[in-house]
Amino acid sequence: MPVNADFQGRAYPPTETYRVSAAKIREFAEAVGSADPVHVDADAARARGYADVIAPPTFAVLIAQQCDAQLIRDPEAGIDFSRVVHGEQRFTHHRPLTAGDAVIGTLHVDTVREAGGHAMVTTRTELATEAGEAVCTATSTIVIRGGE
Amino acid sequence: MGTQANTPAPAAVRSFSDVTLGEALPPLTVHVDRARLVQYAGASLDRNRIHWDEPFAKQVGLPDVIAHGMFTMGAAVTLVTDWVGDAGRVVEYGVRFTRPVVVPYDTGADIEVSAIVKSADPETKRVTVELTATTAGEKVLGRALAVAVLD
Repeated sequence: MPVNADFQGRAYPPTETYRVSAAKIREFAEAVGSADPVHVDADAARARGYADVIAPPTFAVLIAQQCDAQLIRDPEAGIDFSRVVHGEQRFTHHRPLTAGDAVIGTLHVDTVREAGGHAMVTTRTELATEAGEAVCTATSTIVIRGGE
Repeated sequence: MGTQANTPAPAAVRSFSDVTLGEALPPLTVHVDRARLVQYAGASLDRNRIHWDEPFAKQVGLPDVIAHGMFTMGAAVTLVTDWVGDAGRVVEYGVRFTRPVVVPYDTGADIEVSAIVKSADPETKRVTVELTATTAGEKVLGRALAVAVLD
């Protein structure tokens, strides 16, 4: 099996703080083609009750994938990154990520399993503010293709 | 809603009472080319070469450069956020990546996105929308569900 099954249930220490910026939100919103002014116009965002511009629904992947890198780069996990394919992704937003948020991610390895000669690893990143407010749960399943 | 002359009304959040089960949302075509993938790579910090370097992609056994699954996921949900009227109302969104979107240098690729209302809960005003995304007639997302809270 191309992944160390002992990693199921493991949690990594919280990451360094990621600071959500209006500039990165704008860049991301333009890249996915979201025209909602709530991503770029702070006044429009405040008029809808937000503290500042908010991120598109999939922006959290940017932070979550930095958390996932802890597992993928962990030599003990034995993951060959060149064989990794993204299988599934899910976000649960407790509230929108907002410019000015100082966010910490904690990575959990929920399941490690084998199917059809491939390994599948499901990770969950809990994103919370430095003050401890839950913001987003991002769940990702990667497939590590077995040898041909 | 007020109708001030010459002033466009601010986009309002869709009202739950205006939604019907099975309703189709306005569809969307997302055109993706190499420039778009480079833009997404920079924005998302996912700089994997399979998304912009054709010789590298072919060397690792892919037919050509492929789009980031997360690009497709992020572009597809704009159909939902436009319909809802506020991107901050999407509280859940999940997909399976069933097939890569191959992006040839010359033509790029078109991703056709459609969606229907699968369920609606009057107590929470939450609606669940199922998205379909295809390229060249093949589904690229599976079990693609977004949940939004309406007014």
